[in-house]
Amino acid sequence: MLITCPYCGPRDVIEFTYQGDGNRERPQPASQNLDAWNAYVYNRLNPAGDHNEIWQHSGGCRAHLRVVRNTLTHEVSSVAFARGDHKSAARHKAEGKP
Amino acid sequence: MVERQSPLEPAPLEPELRTGSHGDFEHGIDVILSEIKPGSILQLAAWPGQEKELIAGIRTVTGLALPDGAGAGSTDGVRSVFGFAPGKFTVVDEAEGLVSGFAGVVTPAIGTVTDLSHGRTAIRIAGPKAEWVLAKFFAIDFALPAFPVGAGRSTMHHDVFAQIQRTGADQFDIYVFRSFARSFWKALCHASEEVGYEVQ
Ligand SMILES: [Zn+2]
Repeated sequence: MLITCPYCGPRDVIEFTYQGDGNRERPQPASQNLDAWNAYVYNRLNPAGDHNEIWQHSGGCRAHLRVVRNTLTHEVSSVAFARGDHKSAARHKAEGKP
Repeated sequence: MVERQSPLEPAPLEPELRTGSHGDFEHGIDVILSEIKPGSILQLAAWPGQEKELIAGIRTVTGLALPDGAGAGSTDGVRSVFGFAPGKFTVVDEAEGLVSGFAGVVTPAIGTVTDLSHGRTAIRIAGPKAEWVLAKFFAIDFALPAFPVGAGRSTMHHDVFAQIQRTGADQFDIYVFRSFARSFWKALCHASEEVGYEVQ
């Protein structure tokens, strides 16, 4: 399986570290919403098909990447830098962070 | 600076660390291995949006212009620079003390300068079969059009992280963690045996 890093180009999966399901929404650190925390920790879509994932190019440029991987074929249909993506950018803005 | 000791000093039972010809060299020497011992190995990182300012600072201090593009770099034989990650660059100088040149140029508002001179070992592999030996190690394209002179790549060999800069048509400088340098050097030697190699 190859992941085409936006910086480094196509690299073997051995250079990457899986950082988890990219669909999760982490609650605010101070949140006491147990349902939200339960969903964040345990609930997964487990699709048979395209799946949003976070990977780190740990054996290369070390960037965190937002990857869409097909769980049936391992085809990687999309790779983008996780930094600055709309989800985390919006969350940081809401938290008043840069 | 504290005097540096090479991690590649020869030991009695380790012939591959000694200068001279090794392996199948009766048919010629196709690979030359050497430790290049640069005095300064720095890592520079720009804060988001500050990459242009950092690149300008590198040019001010080293005189080296960075071409556009991921992994692009340049070398003048004394100083070298290449991108190894978004907004991050390795800068190398034969002389010690390059880090002090960046003080006041790469300000805290632009980014960071980290001195890795004692933490990395630089190994040069050259010769007509250098590309061929490295292709056995790393699953990246070493052909000249895909990996031009001056460019850098971050990759790894059996979990040994390596930054590689092409410093000539058949010459590459490989930066590895100092603690891995000895075993990595030996692996390079074993891989070069069948084409004949010389340690300089
Ligand atoms: Zn990468």
